[in-house]
Amino acid sequence: MERSVTTRLADGSLVRMTPSEIRADLEEGTALGAKRAKVPPLEPDELEQLGEIFSSSARFSAVDIGDELVLSCDGSGNLDSGTRVDELYSYQSHRGADILELYHIDYSYKAIKTILSFEQQVMKTAQLNLVAPLQYGAMPDLGRYSRPDGPVANWSELLPLGRIDEARAAQEEAMEHAVRDMVFVAEGMIEAGADGLDFDTSGAAGDADLLAALRAVEEIKSRHPDVGIELGMASEFVLGMHGELEFHGRRLAGLWPRDLVELAAEAGVTVFGPAVNVNTTKSVAWNVARALTIVKPCVAESPIPVHMNAGMGVGGVPMTPYPPADAVARVSHAMRTVGRLDGL
Amino acid sequence: MRAAGDLVARMQMTRGMRLDDAKAHVAERLGVSTDDLSDPLVMHDVRRELGLGLIPVQELTYPGEPGAIEAKFHIAEVLDVPINCVEKFREHVGRPATRSTGAFAPKAEVPA
Repeated sequence: MERSVTTRLADGSLVRMTPSEIRADLEEGTALGAKRAKVPPLEPDELEQLGEIFSSSARFSAVDIGDELVLSCDGSGNLDSGTRVDELYSYQSHRGADILELYHIDYSYKAIKTILSFEQQVMKTAQLNLVAPLQYGAMPDLGRYSRPDGPVANWSELLPLGRIDEARAAQEEAMEHAVRDMVFVAEGMIEAGADGLDFDTSGAAGDADLLAALRAVEEIKSRHPDVGIELGMASEFVLGMHGELEFHGRRLAGLWPRDLVELAAEAGVTVFGPAVNVNTTKSVAWNVARALTIVKPCVAESPIPVHMNAGMGVGGVPMTPYPPADAVARVSHAMRTVGRLDGL
Repeated sequence: MRAAGDLVARMQMTRGMRLDDAKAHVAERLGVSTDDLSDPLVMHDVRRELGLGLIPVQELTYPGEPGAIEAKFHIAEVLDVPINCVEKFREHVGRPATRSTGAFAPKAEVPA
């Protein structure tokens, strides 16, 4: 009888599976990822490597010595040990973060604009006291510009009514506000000493949300060519809430990481973060095989470093507030050893 | 920062370098091998020698070594990469201090 190992589903729960069952999950995950993103499945030797990683009974799993990658964070700190600057020290000195991120709990550039001087002061203090690079992060968060939270008609209400042209016009108007706010905050943060900006979950409200981020990045980089820009996706492909928007002549709706990374680099992004959602009813192994299949062509062809979004609910990491270290370690190991990611 | 992750990260972030290129650049500038970059023992000595910042712990404090912002001046020079807050610091320190007001400003003569 084949031995079984303790592993996890992507909701975080423990299950026991045999290596054969894990191998079957890996094959199914890569086949589905390949079909969905229209990319090749993982090679047999890559599935073999994943099988070894996920069939281990060890508590922890890690890359070979010398094959370490860079760890960036969309928000550093949990606000449970003093000030935000204290948390940044902790992430720098004790939790292994290589790129730190100052953030506010209202993680939206529109919200940050109203408290910018306060945030700038924290950035300035932090920069005097930290060695590791420190960026400022928030979301483009285009939905905030629609009524009742913002000044623009609500396209989520217009679309079900079939008022397509009005919905598109509303998104285009919101985009102008968002670009202005993101550039405004970026200028303030650069003045305060930030090493870079993070436009996290870009595209969360669809293609207009993403286009606003790309346009803001292009404008910021034209004025500050040395500033770092990290752009993270919101899901595995770009949602077409507008459907007709283009950047540099490319339609954004429906783009997968492989195509988007090229546009991001053209805009001036220096670190790109693809995001692949997890299926919580499947094993972590299944989810990692699927995620790696989708991002592998992006990593292979990217002109800039690719940091996979590997946190709760994305990139194969279980969807739970306290992702178990055994699962996170296996995901991280797989992302570098098999996926050749530049960072997480 | 226990080793050289922050330095490699800075090249990714500022120059958009892929991981292997960023590691090669940092290793070449520090005069070590890429394998040394993740070794905390080697990197402690290198960081100390070049003034690139160290993590003070209970038994090891470094009051005589460059602190955070000071270390970033050295990082910018060693890696040959601009660091925004270093440039801002330099700009602010270089501002002329006219001392025309305040407690130590020359007092106007009071007529007898």
